[in-house]
Amino acid sequence: METVPIIPAPEAKIIIEDLNLFYGKKQVLKKINLAIPENKVTAIIGPSGCGKSSLIRTLNRLNDLIPEARVEGKVILDGENIYDPDVDPVVLRKKVGLVFQKPNPFPKSIFDNIAYGLRFGNHKKSEEIQAIVERSLKQAALWDEVKDCLHQSALRLSGGQQQRLCLARALAVEPEIILFDEPCSAIDPIATAKVEELIHQLKKDYTVIIVTHNMQQAARVADFTAFLWLGELIEFDRTEKIFTNPKNKLTEDYITGRFG
Amino acid sequence: MKTSIKKSRPSHKSQLTEAIGFLFLRLSVSLVLIIILYFFYDLGRKGYQAINWPFLTQAPRHGMTEGGIFPAIVGTFLITMITALLAIPLGLGAAIYLNEYARPGRLTRLIRLSIRNLAGVPSIVYGLFGVILFVNFFKFGTSILSAGLTLGLLTLPWTITASEEALKAIPDSYREGALALGATRWQMIRTNVLPYAIPGILTGAILGLSRAAGETAPIMFTGAAFYLPYLPHSLRDQFMALPYHLYIMATQHQAIDKARPIAYGTALVLIALVVILNLTAIIIRGKLRRKWRH
Repeated sequence: METVPIIPAPEAKIIIEDLNLFYGKKQVLKKINLAIPENKVTAIIGPSGCGKSSLIRTLNRLNDLIPEARVEGKVILDGENIYDPDVDPVVLRKKVGLVFQKPNPFPKSIFDNIAYGLRFGNHKKSEEIQAIVERSLKQAALWDEVKDCLHQSALRLSGGQQQRLCLARALAVEPEIILFDEPCSAIDPIATAKVEELIHQLKKDYTVIIVTHNMQQAARVADFTAFLWLGELIEFDRTEKIFTNPKNKLTEDYITGRFG
Repeated sequence: MKTSIKKSRPSHKSQLTEAIGFLFLRLSVSLVLIIILYFFYDLGRKGYQAINWPFLTQAPRHGMTEGGIFPAIVGTFLITMITALLAIPLGLGAAIYLNEYARPGRLTRLIRLSIRNLAGVPSIVYGLFGVILFVNFFKFGTSILSAGLTLGLLTLPWTITASEEALKAIPDSYREGALALGATRWQMIRTNVLPYAIPGILTGAILGLSRAAGETAPIMFTGAAFYLPYLPHSLRDQFMALPYHLYIMATQHQAIDKARPIAYGTALVLIALVVILNLTAIIIRGKLRRKWRH
C-alpha cells in the first residue's frame, strides 16, 4: 500500500498520524495516515462498518464518550495534537463542528436550536445572537423557509429542513472544520441536492469532511476522496483520480460496485 | 394451491386455545377491577359518613372518640415535606451520577443492584434503622425530623430508580448533539437532558412520596405519637400522622363502635391524599410533555 502524502503539510488542516482506534479489544481503525486539505471537501467512502464514522468521530473526540474506546496515534489540527493531555475537548468541538447522520434537532424552537451552542462560554448580547441565528440560517439556506416561524418547535420541520437546521446550528458556533456523518442517508433526493449544494459553498470558508456510503455523492461534492476498508485506509487521492484511475484493486472493485 | 383466509371452524385446536386464553385474561382483569371497585365503594360509603368540616379541622377529643383528625393531617403533611426534601434532590443527584457520569462496569452495576434491593427492604427495617441513626445517633429524638428522614431513606431507592429511568429515556442524540456544539458535560445535562427528563423524574418522585405518606412502620418508632393535644411547634416535636392514627383507631382503641367510623374516615382521607398526589403527578407529566412536543 502506498503512503505518499499527496497533500503537502502546509496546505493540510488536519494531519492524522498512525491513528489506531479500539473499542474494547476490537480494533476499528488501523494505522491511519491521512492529511486533510484546508478549504476543500474530503469524502470518506467505504462499505458499512469499515470505520468511516468512527474516523470522523476521532476528529472532534466524540469517541471520548464511549467508555471502552481507546485511541493511539496523533491527530494534528493546525499543528496541535488534539489527543494531547492538555487539550480541552470542549474547545476542540467548537472548532470542529459535526452534522450527524440522523437529523437531531432538539425539542426546542428553531431559534433556540441555532442559539444553543452560543449559550456556552462568553456571553453574547441578544442582538448579537439574533444576528448570528439569521446569518447561520441563511448560510444553511433555511432562512427563507423559517424566518416567519423561528419560535415554532424545530421538530415540526421536515427531515431535510431538520438536517439544514442542524448544519446551521453547527455553523452558529463558528467552527473551522465541519464534519458530515452521512448527512443525507435519512433525507430525500431533493433535500440531498440542497445539502450537497451547501457543502459545495461551505468549502470557501471551511474545511469539510464528509462520510458517505454513496459514491455518486462523493464524486459530486468532494475534491479529495479516501477509501476505507475494514479499518484501513486503502487509498486517498483527488476524487477524479479515485473514480477514474484508482491505484488499488480494492478501490476499483468497490467503486465499480463489485462489493459494498 | 391458495390458502383461504376465511375463518376455519372453531373446533380448530389453536383457535380454542386462543379463546380459552383470552377468557382467562378477561377474567383476571375483571376480578382485579371488581376487587378495587368494591374496596373504594366500601371505604367511600363508610368513610363518607365520618367526614365533615370539623372532622378535617379539629383535634381528637374525649379519648379520641370524638373530634377530628386535623393534627394527623398536619403531621403527615410535614413529614412528607421532609421526605421530599431528602429523597428528591439526593435521588436525582445519585441518578445523574449513575446515568451520566459513572463508567458502566461491575461497580456501577453493583451499586445499581444494591439500590434496587433497597427498594425491597421491608419498611419496618427502615423504621428500626431510623431509630438507630436519626433518633439515637444524631440525637434528633422521636420527632418530625427523624420520621421524615427515615421515610426519605425509604423513598430514596424509588426516586433514584425513577430518575434514572427518566434520564435513560432521553435519546443519546441530544447528548451528542450538545457536546458536539461545545457544551461541557454538565452544560449538556443541565440544558439538554434534565429539562426533558423532569416530567418522568417528578412523576416517580411523587409516586414515591405518596407511598411514603401511607407508611406506618417507619414512623412508629421515630416520632409518631399516639395522641397529642397540640400541633407540633418545631421539627423536633413528636406528631400525629394519618396512617398511624388509622392503625390505632382500627386496632388499639377499646371503644370499637366509636372508633370504627373515625378509622374509616381517616382511611378515606389518607386514600384521597394519595390519589390527589398521584393525580398531580399525572397532570404535571401531561403538561410538560405537551410543552416539549410542539
